[in-house]
This record gives sequence, structure tokens and C-alpha cells, in this order.
Amino acid sequence: MVEITLWGALRDATGGAEKIDVDAKDIRDLFRQLADRYPGFTPLADRGIAVSIDGVIYRDTWSRELPPGAEIFLLPRLAGG
Amino acid sequence: MTMGFDPTYTARTFTSVGTRPVRPDGVDKVTGRARYGADYNLAGQLVGAILRSPHAHARIRNIDTTKAEMLPGVKAVITAADLPDLTNGNAGLFDMLDNCMARGKVFYDGHAVAAVAAVDAQTAREALALIVVDYEILPHVTDVDAAMQPSAPLLHATVFTSGVDPKPATPSNIANRSQYGHGDVDAGFAAADLVIARSFKTEQSHQGYIEPHACVANVNPDGSSELWVCTQGHFVFRQQCAELLGLDVSRLRVTSSEIGGGFGGKTHIWAEPVALALSRKAARPVKLVMSREAVFRATGPTSATSIDVKIGVKKDGTITAASADLRYTCGPYVGPWAELGAMTAFACYALENVRTIGYEVLVNRPKTAAYRAPSAPMAAFAVESVIDEIAAKLGINALDMRIKNAAKQGTRASYGPVYGPIGIGPTLEAAKNHPHMSAPLGKNQGRGLACGFWFNFGGQTCTSLNIGIDGTVNLAVGTVDVGGSRASLSLVAAEELGIPYGQVTAIVADTASLGHNDMTDGSRGTFSSSMATISSARNAIAIMRARAAKMWDIPAENVAWENGHAVAKGDTHGHLAPLSIKDIAAKASTTGGPIAGHSELVADGAGVSFATHICDIEVDPETALSRIIRYTVIQDAGKAVHPAYVEGQLQGGATQGIGWALNEEYVYGADGRLQNAGYLDYRVPVSSDLPMIDTQILEIPNPNHPYGIRGVGETSIVPPLAAIANAVSNATGTRMTHIPMSPPRILAALDAQKGH
Repeated sequence: MVEITLWGALRDATGGAEKIDVDAKDIRDLFRQLADRYPGFTPLADRGIAVSIDGVIYRDTWSRELPPGAEIFLLPRLAGG
Repeated sequence: MTMGFDPTYTARTFTSVGTRPVRPDGVDKVTGRARYGADYNLAGQLVGAILRSPHAHARIRNIDTTKAEMLPGVKAVITAADLPDLTNGNAGLFDMLDNCMARGKVFYDGHAVAAVAAVDAQTAREALALIVVDYEILPHVTDVDAAMQPSAPLLHATVFTSGVDPKPATPSNIANRSQYGHGDVDAGFAAADLVIARSFKTEQSHQGYIEPHACVANVNPDGSSELWVCTQGHFVFRQQCAELLGLDVSRLRVTSSEIGGGFGGKTHIWAEPVALALSRKAARPVKLVMSREAVFRATGPTSATSIDVKIGVKKDGTITAASADLRYTCGPYVGPWAELGAMTAFACYALENVRTIGYEVLVNRPKTAAYRAPSAPMAAFAVESVIDEIAAKLGINALDMRIKNAAKQGTRASYGPVYGPIGIGPTLEAAKNHPHMSAPLGKNQGRGLACGFWFNFGGQTCTSLNIGIDGTVNLAVGTVDVGGSRASLSLVAAEELGIPYGQVTAIVADTASLGHNDMTDGSRGTFSSSMATISSARNAIAIMRARAAKMWDIPAENVAWENGHAVAKGDTHGHLAPLSIKDIAAKASTTGGPIAGHSELVADGAGVSFATHICDIEVDPETALSRIIRYTVIQDAGKAVHPAYVEGQLQGGATQGIGWALNEEYVYGADGRLQNAGYLDYRVPVSSDLPMIDTQILEIPNPNHPYGIRGVGETSIVPPLAAIANAVSNATGTRMTHIPMSPPRILAALDAQKGH
């Protein structure tokens, strides 16, 4: 079980919860479970969500494991120049 | 990630990485042989031209192209009708389509409404003049604060502010609200000994790349197509153009030209779908080159902003609370710009109580594009200005106050996550110890200091490393070389293979030659492609070890790779002379055929980036003309692969920031038309305006890259607006709150100070 912290727009999609517990082994599993649990998650995921694991931001490595006790934070996918 | 590839940093002594060889593209560029977007031609090629709206906001009642189509030499005329909506509900893609060619309404001065392809440029211009557009002019709004008013002219009746609860009942130019932060801001301000709140404005600037957008498109009747284009991301351009035109991705081959600057402005499609549509209709190749005026009116500016910052502190300088409201223009289409400002504004500091709110505001200006650490410089300007003002009020050193409050490992970032190892502290300490900080100042001079933050990221990356039959090496990469990556990646390949830099030649391959690559953006070019290059080289080495084993007729596990050679290991094989890449390549045809190493991976774990800048400025008290006297950039590069290029990135970012801080701005008339669409009236700094910009590269290895590399392309533009504003404020004794600090603005501030 890992604790996930959500950024503002995602909280709207998840009924206002700032933190949720998910039993997910990696980012792919996490996204799959969030999509199943919250219908509003998929449109935001389509626009892009990044996952911060212990401060390191991952945008596309969905196979990245979510270590127990890690600080996991969902953020909007970033744009750069 | 390529199977079996471990990107974890391993300390090592470098041979090639960290050296400064001659740049491989240098001779072509200085002799004029390098081929940029406009330097490519196809047989039977036509000249494309675009008709642009003279109005900031208007409904298109009718477009009559009859006379243009009848003009001899005109081969195709297109409007939005020739670019049917294939976006299938994808709002972002639809905005790109609408921006490339207006559909029913024009949203800014310069918005494309029609295009022609003709046998020469004169005929194309004559044809544009024959197109009759019937406009119903609508009220417009270009100012960010004015656009937020309920009475403002509305750009889209379909836009309702997202991110607020409950959902608004009426449409608005405020497309989105986003919020970041943690703690109890009100309690934090209540606990403060001093609270300062200030409002700031920054004007819209352009990336100012020297090379205008240019492309050559060729759509064959059988649907196979090619595009030669100046871009930061030819794979992404291919995907977006294919989606907008209904082409198969695999049948559109895109080749990236040399690039005369991008800085984020060439991550967006503007004219390319139009060129493809013209070619499709004319059944001929079409070259489309934007004029400088068109570049200013219709591409890539950054946001204009309006920002309120409030910071509370204890008497010792400890920040107890911080908040910011950030309003950013997006042009006519929603973007993430204010949100990025809200995320980055306080990222340098360890704050218990922080709240930022971003508002994406739609205005009648061209679509905002990324510009080097997009949105962070304006937020840093506002925050770092207030930090300096607080330090002055408390009578403490502004640098010490920053060190006291700097984020460190374990700090919860204002945008949410807890930081791992980060480099803000070391850049501040380096600034404190830098001789620049203690150098004396002259009359009318002031010194300013500021910090900056940017995320950096990686992305999808694919490379191919081919061993030639003579043992020399070709490296094919898919990230466009915007800042010297062919040199840095050749150094990385040479390092990994153990051969001299001169034996490696890197090219940017076209989209048919490699798997998908994301853009060169987010400071990712060298970070990502070096990771894939290392992986490719290791794969090639594994093959060469196996080939050497065959040549020696010994087990492959008895062959090691040392200093560019296969070396036989073990008591029974120690007499065998090492085999070089040249030796192995010469026998490749009989040991299994061609030798190559490939890599396909997602480069993640780029690591966040920080910088500290120091600026000395002299302000003429009569004319308010500012002159940068001395400028120092301190930034963490993880590992500087080619230090001269890294220094160039740091100097380039600072230079662009200096121009933005002192001169550059879009000036709109009351009619909503851009008044200064050219480099005579939109002045960027040139070499004679600037001192030598000093750099200090810190090398704190990135734990998520085999060589410890971090991106370096963007962060250097974040601190300059603030550092220069603090310097001007210290030189004049007047707090500057409006960027650019052009002479009229400084004079007005000085007059206000004198009570005029």
C-alpha cells in the first residue's frame, strides 16, 4: 500500500481527497486503479500526469516501481522550452 | 528503458567527457554551408505565402479567393475549408488547427486566414492581395488584467473557468485556475514580524531566434509525403501534422534542418500544416518561409503577466509564509503557463506555509509558446524582488537571507513533492564566495542577486550507433541539436567506446530512420540522448566482444572491453594481442555482418535545476539608460560534457534574460495591432551591449544518469529579470516592479520617487 498525494485539479476528480491509499506496484498499476476508481481521472491522464517518487519526477516510465514508504506525488505533465 | 540498461550514476574518471573539442557543425555554419529551413529546394517547388488578419478580434463573414485562383501562376489557394477538422474531440489538437488557419473567427493581429502557392514570390504576394476577406470586427482585449474583468470582450463563449468549484455558469477569458502549496498561510502571516506585499507586471517577449520558421513540404498524389523543417522536434511535428492532415505517420518523412535558435518557440507547429495542405492541393512541393514580421505577429511569444506576491518574515529573516497570485496571458488558447509560474515561484525556498494560485487568461495576442523554462522567469522576478526588499527593510544581507531560507534535501517543494539532493544551497554558497560579490561599485551602479529554479525533464529517446567498416563510428540521434548536442553526444560515444572524439560523427536522423523521439525541450537533449548513446554503445560493445571471441575462437565471456579494445582474459588467452574497433570492423563481414548498437528508452529522472545570478548595472540618472557592468552565472550542470557549450547555454540564457529585463516587449496599439514587429523596434541585446558574461559551473552528479549529467538549457533565463531588477533598484533607490525596465519606465519611477 502506498500513499498518493494529488495536485489540486486531480483532487476535484477524486472527490476532494488530497491523499489516497492505493495498493499499486508501479505507475501503470497506479494509473489503472485510479481510472477504475475515479471516472474523472482518465481525461486528466490523457492530458498528461507526471509522478514524483521521492522528489524525482517521472513522466513516461510507467514501469517504475512505487517503493513502500516512498513519497509519491501526482503532478501535471510539464512543458518545457 | 532498454532491457538491462541501468541509468544509475557511477563515479568514473573521464577521458573525452569534459573536454572542449572543436564543434563539428562550426565550419559549415561560419562558411554559410549549413542548411537551415529555407536552404532546401525540390524540383518544381512553389512559393507559399499566408494572408494574415489585420484585426485583433473579428468574425470572418466570407473569404472570396476567386480572383486569386484565376491569377496566372497561382497553383493553389487554401482556407480553413482545406484543413477539415480531423481532431476528433482532442481540444489541444483543435487549438493547433485553429491557430494554423482561422476557422470562423480571428483571435489576434496576424492570425492566418488563407494561403496561396504560386510559381514565384511576387505572384504569391499578388494573389494574397486579391483575396477578399469580409470581417465583422469585434471588441478586443490584450491586457491580462483587463481580460479578467467580467465586462471584457469574450474570446470564446465556450470557455468556462476550470479548476473552480462550483463550475461557473457564465463563460470567461479565465480558462483555468490552479493552486499549489501547503501549510496555513494565514497563520504564517500572523506569526510574521514583517509582511511585504507587492504587485508586478511583465510584458510579453519573443524568443527572438535569428532564423524565421521555414519549411518545404511535398505531398505526393499517392499520399507519401516529406517535410524539411526548422524545428526542435521533427518526430512530434510529424505526428501533429499527420493527425491534422489525415496522413499516416509512417508515410510522412520529416527531416530537421539546422536550427538558428528555438528556445521553445520551435516546439509548436505554425506554418507546417499549411505548407502540407498547399502541396497536397497543388500537387507540387511548396516552400513556406515566414517573414520576421510574421514571426513576431503570429508565433511564439511568452506570456505577459500580472503577479501579486506577499511574504512574511521573522526579524531574523526566516520566512513564515508566502503567497502569490499569478495571472498569465495564453493568447487565444488555454495553456499551462500560469500553472508553471505557480509551481516554480517559491521552489527555491523551504517554506512551512505557502500558497500560489495561477490564472490562465485568454487575450487577443498570438498563442503563447514555451520560452526557456517557460513561465518561471516572471514568477522569480516577483518573488526575488520581494525577498530583496525584505532583506533591505530588516537590514540583513539579501544573500544570507536566501541561504537561511534555501530549500534542501528533505524540504517539501512549494509545488508538492519533497526534494532529494538539490543544488540551490551550493549555488548560493558559491555566489557568497565569488569575487564578484565583494568587488567595489562605482557611482550610479547597483548590484543585484537572484535565484532561479526549473524542473528539467527527459522523455522518449532512440539512437543508433553504427560501426563503419573502417572502424569509425556514426551516431544517429533523434533529438534536434539546438545547443551543441552532436558534439556532446560524440564525446559520450567516444568515452563509452574508448576511442578518440574525432572517430565519431553524429547526425540528427530523419523520422523514417529511428523510433519516435520527443522534442528537444525541457533541457533534455543531451541528458536524454546521452543516456541512449551510452546504452547504444554498450550494446555495440557487447557485439564487438562476441565478434572478437569468434576471431580468437575463445568464449565471449573471456573477452573484456578496455580502452577501445577487445582484450582476451584468462591464463590461456593472455598472449592474444588486443583487437581495436578497426580490427574487429575489418573482419565483420565474416564474423556475423554489420555491427551496430541501438537503444530505445524513456529517459526519466532528469533532476531539478537551480541557478544563482549576480548582476552589476549602471543607470544614467539623466537618461535612465542602463548598462550591464558585470554579470555572473552560477549553475549546477551535474557533469559538463562539453564545458564550452555549457558556458554558452548559461551565457545565452542570461543574455536573453537581460534583453527581456531591459528592453524587449510587445507593444500593442489601441487597435490591438502589434506596433513593433521587427528587430529595429523590438531590440534584443547584441554583443556590443554586454560585458563578458562570467560563468561558474558546479558539478553535483545527477544520481539518475550514468555520467551524472543534468540538463542545462533553461534555468539560466530564470534569475536575470529578478537579478537585474534588484540591481536597478539598488542603483536608483527605487523598487522596479514592471518588466522591461526600459528608460521611460525607470525615468517614470525616478520622477515618482522625487515626487514629480
